[in-house]
Amino acid sequence: MKIALKLAWRNLTGAGLRTWLNVLVLSFSFVVIIWLKGIMTGWDHQAKTDMTQWEIGGGQYWHESYDPYDPFTLAGSHAKLPSQLENAMKAGDLTGLLLTQGAIFPEGRMMSVVIKGLDPGQSILKLPSRKLGTTASAIPAIIGNMMAKHSKLKAGDYVTLRWRNANGTFDATDVLITDIFSSNVPAVDAGQIYIPLATLQEVMLLPDEISLIVLRDKTDGWNEIPGWKYKSKAELTKQVDEMIKTKSAGQTVLYFILLLLAMLAIFDTQVLSIFRRQKEIGTYVALGYTKQQVVGLFTVEGSMHAVLAALLSAAYGLPFLAWQAKAGWTMPVDTSEFGMAIAQTLYPVYSAGLVIGTVLTVTITTAIVSYLPARKIARMNPTDALRGKLQ
Amino acid sequence: METQTIISVKEMYKRFPMGKTEFTALENLNLDFAQGEFTGLIGPSGSGKTTLLNILGSLDVPTLGEANVLGKSIGKLNTHEAAMLRRESLGFIFQSYNLLAVHTVFENVEFPLLLLKIPSQERRKMVQEALEWVGLSDKIRSKPPQLSGGQCQRVAIARAMVKKPKLVLADEPTANLDAANSHHILKTMLTLNQELKTTFIFATHDEKVISYLNRKIYLLDGRVDKDEVVTHNK
Repeated sequence: MKIALKLAWRNLTGAGLRTWLNVLVLSFSFVVIIWLKGIMTGWDHQAKTDMTQWEIGGGQYWHESYDPYDPFTLAGSHAKLPSQLENAMKAGDLTGLLLTQGAIFPEGRMMSVVIKGLDPGQSILKLPSRKLGTTASAIPAIIGNMMAKHSKLKAGDYVTLRWRNANGTFDATDVLITDIFSSNVPAVDAGQIYIPLATLQEVMLLPDEISLIVLRDKTDGWNEIPGWKYKSKAELTKQVDEMIKTKSAGQTVLYFILLLLAMLAIFDTQVLSIFRRQKEIGTYVALGYTKQQVVGLFTVEGSMHAVLAALLSAAYGLPFLAWQAKAGWTMPVDTSEFGMAIAQTLYPVYSAGLVIGTVLTVTITTAIVSYLPARKIARMNPTDALRGKLQ
Repeated sequence: METQTIISVKEMYKRFPMGKTEFTALENLNLDFAQGEFTGLIGPSGSGKTTLLNILGSLDVPTLGEANVLGKSIGKLNTHEAAMLRRESLGFIFQSYNLLAVHTVFENVEFPLLLLKIPSQERRKMVQEALEWVGLSDKIRSKPPQLSGGQCQRVAIARAMVKKPKLVLADEPTANLDAANSHHILKTMLTLNQELKTTFIFATHDEKVISYLNRKIYLLDGRVDKDEVVTHNK
């Protein structure tokens, strides 16, 4: 093996440009695969962090009738804070939200919205709820960027808000947009308007009633409560995981193409080598190598491309990947329309497993691709090989 | 002085398939070679010189009969044993040198010693000694494409001789060389033959080579036509 490594190194360095072109292509695959995987992991990480901070906290309790995909359930899905959670509420470990259907009338148009009553003093969600604590002539309200864009509202604007209270009576008032927040989580932005919880409870004639309870992150010991459905953080982020998995599957095609390109270069070099270096193969055999050892030598030679590529990748890829992790990758298009939790700038996250896994995958694949054409050597007649007579 | 027989060929045939029939390259050969011979297998193209050399070098096997080289029956060796025989006891010199183009002169000559797992320091000494025999000590770092044909063949001789094998098989070693280089190469090989008692067997039809031989075996259509021992002072 030591001799094979030594000879392979001499053969590769001696082959000059051909070797370095292959190594460059292969190293490009290394870097791109790690970068793309890093982006996916970063996105996953970022999406979960954003969702945790903006929407789901450390988990939620839903009123048993609440179904986020069915707005008609909102009217009946509310109840008082269960007594089991009163202490946690006092400790500030949870906050309640009341949800109802409604409509706003910006510039005379009607837009359906979900009105969310939010405690201005809460600190569990990143929503700028303190802006709901301002005293003004109208009810203070906050909306997200996407909502502001679609409704053409801006901070300081008044807009008419209409709802239907617990008795089924329509009511309306002007609200003042006190802040427009920027979030990567569409679920807290699109079609949502936030007003103070107490105000919404009052106008809805639902004193102290809430639809869902958001728990502070990194708290535990939450149990099932009758009348409420406990949703863990993992359960609430499951969709993101599934979406990332789907995206990852799509990207696997790209990895496959990249690997295929690199492997094609290696395979081509190996096939060419075996035809062009017949005399050399015959010479190795004449000097005392067995044919299997020559197969081994060619396989090591091919595999060594991957080792050199890994070193080259480390040389230019590490600085690039480190810079990307710091500066991030800014998407060329507006991501707010994507309908999923995605930031405008994604910061790739690399793990040791990702780097080692990629290096191992590419190296093993290269070894296999190098071995396949090299097997032909075992079938060569050394006397024909010496004369370069094989076709 | 009694000389030891190192190669014994008895009733040997070599046939190659040719379509549905067979071509007989060697027919009923009976030959013995003693240690220290400087012998040539002489004959026109297709006479079976290279085929016999390949069998003696354990690169090929006889179809029938026996070829015993250094106590090993070539037909009965498995691929590993054949490789070991070549690695330990045989040296090859080819018409077109067959040097490893991307390796330096030193690395080319070092190669057989690497296979024998000789320690680095000893290896270096042996390579330098071999290159001194062929007068190429100053070309140690050159690569084959930077050398003339004569220099390349001298490197090939150094590579064949570096492990001091018992037997060197040379297939048309002067075919690509001019007269001056041919004589230089042959004198070098003759010196090594006399000093190291290495047996040389050539496959040739070059008159220059023939003039140096002390035994000439003429082959014609795969059979021994004439086998003569010559004494001369070169």
